[in-house]
Amino acid sequence: MTTPEPKLKTGRSVKDIFGKLFFNQLLIPLVALLFLVILNLFADPSFFKITLEKSSTGFYILSGNLISIIDNGSELAILAIGMTLVTAASGGQDISVGSAIAIAGSIVLRVIKGLSPSISGGELALYLIFAFVLCVIVSALFGAFNGALVAFFKIQPMVATLILFTAGRSIAAWINNNENISINDDRFKYFGNFLPGIPVPTPVFISAICMIVIAVVLKFTNLRLYSQAVGINSSSSRLNGINPKMIKLLTFIILGVCVAVCGFIKVSRTASITYAVIANNIEMDAILAVALGGNNLGGGKFNMTASIIGAYVIQFLTTTLFKFKVSSTAISAYKAVVVIFLIILSAPVVRRGLSNLKNKYIASRSQVKKEGV
Amino acid sequence: MKKLVKMIVSTLLIGAMALSFCACAGKGGKKEGGLIKVGIINNDPNESGYRTANDRDMKATFTKENGYDPYFYYSLKNEEQIAAAQKFIQDDVDYLLISAAGTSGWDGVLEQAKKAGIKVILFDRTIDASEDLYEASIVSDMAKEGEQAVSWLASQNLSEYKIIHIQGVMGSSAQIGRSGALDTKVAAEANWTIVQQQTAEWSEETAQQITQAVIDSGESFNVIYAENDNMAKGAVAALDKANISHGVGKDVIVIGFDCNTWALEELVAGNWNYDGQCNPFQASYIDDIIKNGAKQKVVIMEEKGFDATTITKDDVTKYGI
Repeated sequence: MTTPEPKLKTGRSVKDIFGKLFFNQLLIPLVALLFLVILNLFADPSFFKITLEKSSTGFYILSGNLISIIDNGSELAILAIGMTLVTAASGGQDISVGSAIAIAGSIVLRVIKGLSPSISGGELALYLIFAFVLCVIVSALFGAFNGALVAFFKIQPMVATLILFTAGRSIAAWINNNENISINDDRFKYFGNFLPGIPVPTPVFISAICMIVIAVVLKFTNLRLYSQAVGINSSSSRLNGINPKMIKLLTFIILGVCVAVCGFIKVSRTASITYAVIANNIEMDAILAVALGGNNLGGGKFNMTASIIGAYVIQFLTTTLFKFKVSSTAISAYKAVVVIFLIILSAPVVRRGLSNLKNKYIASRSQVKKEGV
Repeated sequence: MKKLVKMIVSTLLIGAMALSFCACAGKGGKKEGGLIKVGIINNDPNESGYRTANDRDMKATFTKENGYDPYFYYSLKNEEQIAAAQKFIQDDVDYLLISAAGTSGWDGVLEQAKKAGIKVILFDRTIDASEDLYEASIVSDMAKEGEQAVSWLASQNLSEYKIIHIQGVMGSSAQIGRSGALDTKVAAEANWTIVQQQTAEWSEETAQQITQAVIDSGESFNVIYAENDNMAKGAVAALDKANISHGVGKDVIVIGFDCNTWALEELVAGNWNYDGQCNPFQASYIDDIIKNGAKQKVVIMEEKGFDATTITKDDVTKYGI
């Protein structure tokens, strides 16, 4: 999923590959990841321990910090997919995803809550599919609402999505009459925890499916080209026969579907919902993931892989801070320090500076060679 | 010359304003139809189960049938609440009932209310203002809730207490009170240690992640002290995942707060050990003060703590929110 780069025809020495990687967009999130890995390695190597243990359901499951990271990072990774596309096409961000997740989760619980735990597996599956389809449809509609405001009324994305950001959690509460729901059926928890007999957390599979789907879509359709074209210059893309309005709308709908999947996982994790705090501030983390991926938040070219890695970096950071037992009052500040560091590193200005350095270096090298001859 | 005219005009204008203000303040008293007009400023009912129950209780008590003409305003932002209070004062309510989002910044508006002859009753949250600016304040004593839970925990006579302490939003009164009690005890006792102390900001998923991080690190613990039910539920989800037993007579003691109905049911089932009440039913206290006058400035509501071994089904229906 990386942006295609001109292949080097001459011999691919290690230096070339390193050089290629060094100026690739993937560098920043990977360096950040490496930084966190090394930090943990020095502080306590047991951070990376993974064990296979019997869970309360009687099956063997994998556990360990790394598993927790890819498990808990799933929602953010899925959101990063949609957010990257929205950012590319509209040149702005959707800040309503947290509220929209509350709505999606609330819909799922509304469908599931009345069921008795003795219901058969097949019937439950039908209800779950119904709940999931319903929440996908509603989330896609909310996405379309945001998208329509942005595409047709030309409202700034952040302002357009501010509406749902403000109203979303109230809507979510209203869907369930503000009840504090808790589902007792353990089978509902499969999607946020483990499927019986499978040692890897289910959200990992769900996010993997989402990534494969988006990889296939980007590979075999013109979505990447079109959304980048619209993001770079919407009027010239229109002159070239692309409908920018539809592309913007489409990216918001895709984000809506991502939101629905996240909502489903979130409520399944604990089989309950707190309307005011479910997926709290996740929109900021999703935008951060896109930024960490070195993508231009003003729209245009994007790198999906970098965004997804960015999402896992954020989760890695969160888990690391828990592990280091940073005090509750200071945790946000610690996070902010790391974020500032990473964002500055991934800022286009800094990257341009780096590539200028590279050019100078190459130029001086060739100079030296010539002189040597 | 021009200057003089300006000065005269502005003096006149100021005078007019002051006059109109006096005129406003002069009014007051009973409204037509004998209904007592109350302006209720509360936090957003979606904030938590506690707030939902609180709002429902207020709405059930302050009705036309009970002799009230209620006006509701909800916000989680202090400035918006203050603006709403000013509006209620202009609308000339008889009573102003406030559950403040923040503790400061209320002096000005309470002075205004006092001048206008409007009586102010604070509920659930206290504010930093002189006591003679309000009639009464009906509050939960969060520190007492914490102390009750901690003394219950102490009464379990464990040889060692290794606690995962999951905190609410830092700086909220519930967090300060409930953390305070535990922190004091841990500092005083040699066999009480905190394994992890972290804020989950009232969110179950974050609580789950925090607990998971402790389990992953391989440290042992035998108490989960979560400052609300939802966070306790998140922590328990992590325990379940790792096959760590919890509840009455099991490896880990689980403590929650707020007494949600589903949480009390977990107590009845023996999956949790203790749940501390945070009483959201202030309306009857306020009703009593309006009708019979305030007997004391600060009314602290009675609050219970439920032990899984003694809780009954009746408690669940009566105290569950």
